[in-house]
Order: sequence, then structure tokens, then C-alpha cells
Amino acid sequence: MGIIDVKNLNFSYDENTETINDVSFSVEKGTYTTIIGQNGSGKSTIAKLITGLLEKKSGVIEIDGSELNLENLNAIRRKIGIVFQNPDNQFIGSTVRDDIAFGLENHRIPQNEMDSIIDANAKRVRMTKYLDQEPTRLSGGQKQRVAIAGVLAMKPEILIFDEATAMLDPQGKEEIKKVIMDLHHETGLTIMSITHDIDEVAASDFVIALNEGRVVMTGTPNEIFAQEEILRRIQLDIPFSMKLEHKLREKGLKMDRYITMNDLLEELCRLHSNM
Amino acid sequence: MPITFEHVSHTYSEGTPFQYAALKDVNLDIREGKITAIIGQTGSGKSTLVQHLNALLLPTKGQICILDRVITAGEKPKKLKSLRGDVGLVFQFPEYQLFEETVLKDVAFGPKNFGVREEEALEKARNALKLVNLPEDCYEKSPLELSGGQKRRVAIAGILAMNPKVLVLDEPTAGLDPAGTKAMMSLFYELNVKYGKTILMVTHDMENVFTYCDDVVVVEDGSIKVHTNAQEFFRDSALCRSMKILPPALIRMRDMLNEKGFAIPADVQDLEALADDIVKQVKSHE
Repeated sequence: MGIIDVKNLNFSYDENTETINDVSFSVEKGTYTTIIGQNGSGKSTIAKLITGLLEKKSGVIEIDGSELNLENLNAIRRKIGIVFQNPDNQFIGSTVRDDIAFGLENHRIPQNEMDSIIDANAKRVRMTKYLDQEPTRLSGGQKQRVAIAGVLAMKPEILIFDEATAMLDPQGKEEIKKVIMDLHHETGLTIMSITHDIDEVAASDFVIALNEGRVVMTGTPNEIFAQEEILRRIQLDIPFSMKLEHKLREKGLKMDRYITMNDLLEELCRLHSNM
Repeated sequence: MPITFEHVSHTYSEGTPFQYAALKDVNLDIREGKITAIIGQTGSGKSTLVQHLNALLLPTKGQICILDRVITAGEKPKKLKSLRGDVGLVFQFPEYQLFEETVLKDVAFGPKNFGVREEEALEKARNALKLVNLPEDCYEKSPLELSGGQKRRVAIAGILAMNPKVLVLDEPTAGLDPAGTKAMMSLFYELNVKYGKTILMVTHDMENVFTYCDDVVVVEDGSIKVHTNAQEFFRDSALCRSMKILPPALIRMRDMLNEKGFAIPADVQDLEALADDIVKQVKSHE
């Protein structure tokens, strides 16, 4: 049993089309899972169903062993934090400190306790220096880090990123990817990230690939990228290292599959010096 | 006729405590009929620069020549409306600017606003929507019902319906999935190659610059730091890295290999050529 168990989940926005069609998967506690698929494949809808922002049509969603329903919605929501795509839509405080405090205030956390929680989480996302800044003076990446700190302050067990880097500039993307990796390595949090970033997918533990509301395949990045035909069919990209390795094989080099450039480089260096 | 900037400066809120020099004495010749990438870090002045192209911002100093117009600091620009028709500017995340009841009406809004008759405006809208490959069953839908990528295409169709000669795009592929990015870039490439549109594109995506752009302009701190062709630009990735921009994967791989003793030429153009070089050099050790 995983920390997130989804069984035969169905959902539609209107009568005619099934947005989520018989979706089942399981996410292990403490793992870093990426969800991939074209725009419109149902990735964000699944995130909203898991967090109870949308109500399923049928099927079962279990979070940490208990089934999500209207009675325990609030209790379950406390276990899950979600960070969305647009940093501007998520900033509600007038300063970084206020913004991180928002959720805590809503839960009537005492002031002295609140301060230490804010400080600890600002530090985690490296925003301590900016606690008294207004959002207008922050970059997209910084605002997104504040959003993460605000979510972490609520002490969730599961953290969901819904294309959290998509609207950021290259520097912002790198900042957020680093924060996610650090959280994965340094905390026991379960992380689920909806992403188009192939390098992020390659670095995750487990991948769920969606197409037209269905789970097409699940597995480790290595297993997923081995299914190139399927990836091509659902219009998803493969890592650059694999494209190069294909070309090299075409030209007569004996090659295995390498999903990161570093692994491919290592192999090429070995060939270069050994032969 | 190239697009030229001559000693153009732009200062926001001049004469107030908030005065900010966003462009400083910019001189620039943009080649007509080419795709030019405008790159630089956030806050470098890229967006300020491109908003001068259709006189959305006016220069505080200097002048800009675009098509047959001259925009001079301190003078009221002439033929402004026709300039706005000839130079189409697509902002970042243009999908947030859709507002009409239906997709078709939204795209027809531009031409109608320019005094084109209803019928004709709708015809122009249909053609533009065809160009951006939006399925016909979407035309009568509310723009809000479409997916992110489709909305973006509607917004771009709204500009194409005006049949501009110059197309200025601010981060056109930000937030799109890989297939959406490829479709969008292929569209601009087609508009350039087939219809001869001059395209300027603010972008952070070096894969796009590497694959599709002819020229590269680097803006840094309100000045033009580099203006060269794309091939030349990627010969040395130090410039990219100094701007904290991730070079294209192919260039990264080239550099990593060369660090480890390979000798991949600096002007390696595509995967095919890179693979050829690698194979040759591995085999020479046999």
C-alpha cells in the first residue's frame, strides 16, 4: 500500500468526455514521482482530484490509508500541499513573511510558534534575506520559493508540484528544481511533480505517463524511456542523450541506453580511451 | 529595409525619484526577413526594447526606423495605427488577454477595430485560425474552454489576422509542453520562410534559438552586448553561461566531450554531425 493509492478513478468536466478514465496508480511514501503527458492529458485534473479540489465521479482515492471523502476532506487536505504554475496567482501576502504566514494564521497557530515556523521554512527555500520584501520586488523563481515555504509551513506529508517551473525563466527553473531535489533528499516528504522537464523526469524515482485521461505506463525513468514507441505515440520527448545514442548506434557504435548526458559521456570516454 | 535603432535610450519615470534607465544608447540593425532572437536575463531590457517596435513605448532619446516609418524621441509618431497593424506584438502569456464570447470573434476583433467590415474580418479570422492549426470545431467555442496551448494559438491568430509584416513575440513558448513548443516554433518558421515575415522573438529557450533563429541579440543591463548570427553565437558557450542561460543540449554535450579529450568542432550544427565526429574519434583509437 502506498501513501497515495488511486483505483479506477473517473472524472469528467462535462457529460460527453471522460477527462480521467479508469486511472489507477500507487505512490510509495517518501518517493519522488513525476507525472508526464501532453497538455490536456489529465495531469492537473488528477492533482486536483487527489487534493479534493475536484470531486471524482467514481473510483477510490486513498491517502495514507484512509479514503478521501467529504467527511475527512479537511483532515486529508492537511496532509497535502500543492504548488501551482503561476507564481503571481499564489502570492496573497503583502510581504514574504505575511505570505508564508497565511495558512498558519488560518489555522490559528500562536504568534511565537508561527515566527519559528516561518523562519525555518524561509531558510529551507533560501528566502530568509527577503522576509520583509514585497512580492513586486521578487523574481518569479523567488515567488515560487515563497509559495513552497507557505505550503511547507503547514507540515504536509505529500507535496504536489503542478508544473511549478513552467512559467519561470531559466534561472528560476533551476532554483525550483534544486529546492525540490533538496526536499527529496533531506526530508521524508513524498513528492509528486507534474512536469514537461525531461531532466527532472530522469532524476525522479518513479514516472506515471498519461495520455487522454488514461495511464499509459508507469515505472522507473529507465523503464519509461525504454518504451520509445509509446512515448512517440503520445508525443512525449526522450532525453537528448538517448537521441544521440540512437544516432551513434546507427553509425555502428555498440551502445546501451543512457538517460542522462553524464552516463552517456562516461561510456563515450571509456570507448575513447579503451579502444 | 532593416529595422534600425539609432542611439535609442528609454528611461522610465524620467525626472522622478523612480527614474530608471531601461535602455541606454542602443544601436541595432535587425535583418529583414530573418528570425532574430532577443535574449538576456530577466530585467535586462528585452521587453522594453521590443515594445519600441510598434511605438507602444517611445524612445526617450534617439530614433527607430521600421518599415517606412521613423519614430523619433520627442515627436508624436505618425501613422501610428497603420504601424500597429504592420508590426504585430504578442505579449507573454497572451492567452490571458482573450476576452470575446467566441474564438472567431476574438480573432476578428483586431481587423474590425481597424475598420474592416464584419464579413471580411470574420474571413480574415478564419484564415488566421487555419494558419495556427486550430480545429474548426473550436471556432464557436468560448476561448476560455480551450486548453492552454490552444488559447495561445488563438491569441497569436488575433495578431496574424492583421497580416503584419513584422511579428514580435515575447516568450512565445513559455509554459507550453514539448509538442506545443515544437508546433508553435514550426508555425513561426513557416511564417518566416513561406510568407517572408520578419520575426523578432524574446526567448529563454536556447533549443529554439539553436534550431530556428538566424540571428541573436544579447541585451544586458539596457545595452546590446552581442549581435551575431546564431551559428557564431554558439561556438563558445561561455557567453550563455555568463548570463546563467542553459546552452542547447547539443552544445552542452559538445563541451562536455571536449573537456574529456574529444575534439568536436566548435561549429557542430546538428545531431548527425556530432554523432559522425564522435564515431570517427572513437574508431581512430581502435
